[in-house]
Amino acid sequence: MPANPDINGETHRAPQGRTGLKKLLLVLLLCLSAPAAAEYADVVLNKRSEAAGMPPVIFQHWFHRERFRCKVCHSELGFQMRVGANDVLMTDIIDGKFCGACHNGSLAWGPENCELCHSGLPGLKTGIRGDAETRGPGRW
Amino acid sequence: MRLRSIIACVPLTACLLLLATAAIPAFAAEPAAASAALPTANPFNRLLKPPAKRNLPPAEDGIHDPTNDGTHALQSPAQGFLPLVKSNFGNQVDWVKSLDENRINPRNELADPTAEPFVFDLNIEREVKGSMPDVVYPHKQHTQWLDCANCHPDIFIPQKGANQISMAAILMGKQCGVCHGKVAFPVSECRKCHSKNKPPVAANAKP
Repeated sequence: MPANPDINGETHRAPQGRTGLKKLLLVLLLCLSAPAAAEYADVVLNKRSEAAGMPPVIFQHWFHRERFRCKVCHSELGFQMRVGANDVLMTDIIDGKFCGACHNGSLAWGPENCELCHSGLPGLKTGIRGDAETRGPGRW
Repeated sequence: MRLRSIIACVPLTACLLLLATAAIPAFAAEPAAASAALPTANPFNRLLKPPAKRNLPPAEDGIHDPTNDGTHALQSPAQGFLPLVKSNFGNQVDWVKSLDENRINPRNELADPTAEPFVFDLNIEREVKGSMPDVVYPHKQHTQWLDCANCHPDIFIPQKGANQISMAAILMGKQCGVCHGKVAFPVSECRKCHSKNKPPVAANAKP
């Protein structure tokens, strides 16, 4: 009777091991999902990245706002101010739209440096990180 | 008597030895000890970011992949913020003061590094129903960074009395909460907006 967990020690231990693993995974996930240390206003872009086999993109607001006023990206380049509202394709970037307006190899690094932007941990969801204090869909 | 003095000496020499051995590694590892001394928990409010978790380098920030080579090529915020004016919230940076004091000179137009922003200096005062001080909204600091079309007419209708603003909506990420609490200073800084004290009410005034 190998299927009976009460008699067979092996089958009884196996699920225990699995729950242990599950707990460990849960703890790991909790550690990973806690955005406590991310920089204020860091943005995770993962609408298409992982589906296309690349790690999520991390956009660091702080680095960009030291160099550009908000209006340059949110008006000139056409980035909507709502996370998830922008459909940014790599082909657009290579064509010089969105990130590609600067990330073209002359003003900033070019799109061939995949790992500088696609640097997020696997499984991150699209959204604002770094202890954002306002929530909700941000619709208006 | 002699035995007693020897016994008394033992703890003293032991202490001296311990101090000597402790002093050497402490000297060697001084920078590490300084960063380790920052508290990792905030005893006042556990939801606030403790000092040891502020402005961490990308590899330690919990969203960048430390096994990715590109992560280590990115600048650390703590290093990037060195020339800026400090504050106690958000990035720990006062962005408006940093701009006013010319610590940074962010571009206003992508193609023209010398383009000056169109700064609109008009304060909007909003009377607040509760006991909080009234709100003074300065167009000046906002137009230094933003275009009129970023807020008008989608977020705020550019007409007096046309916008019903509530803290509940702001906390849900609408109105001011589109930016404040996400990328601009958070809503926990009440007095930065609620900055105009109401006129004092006489004790015997009729309601």
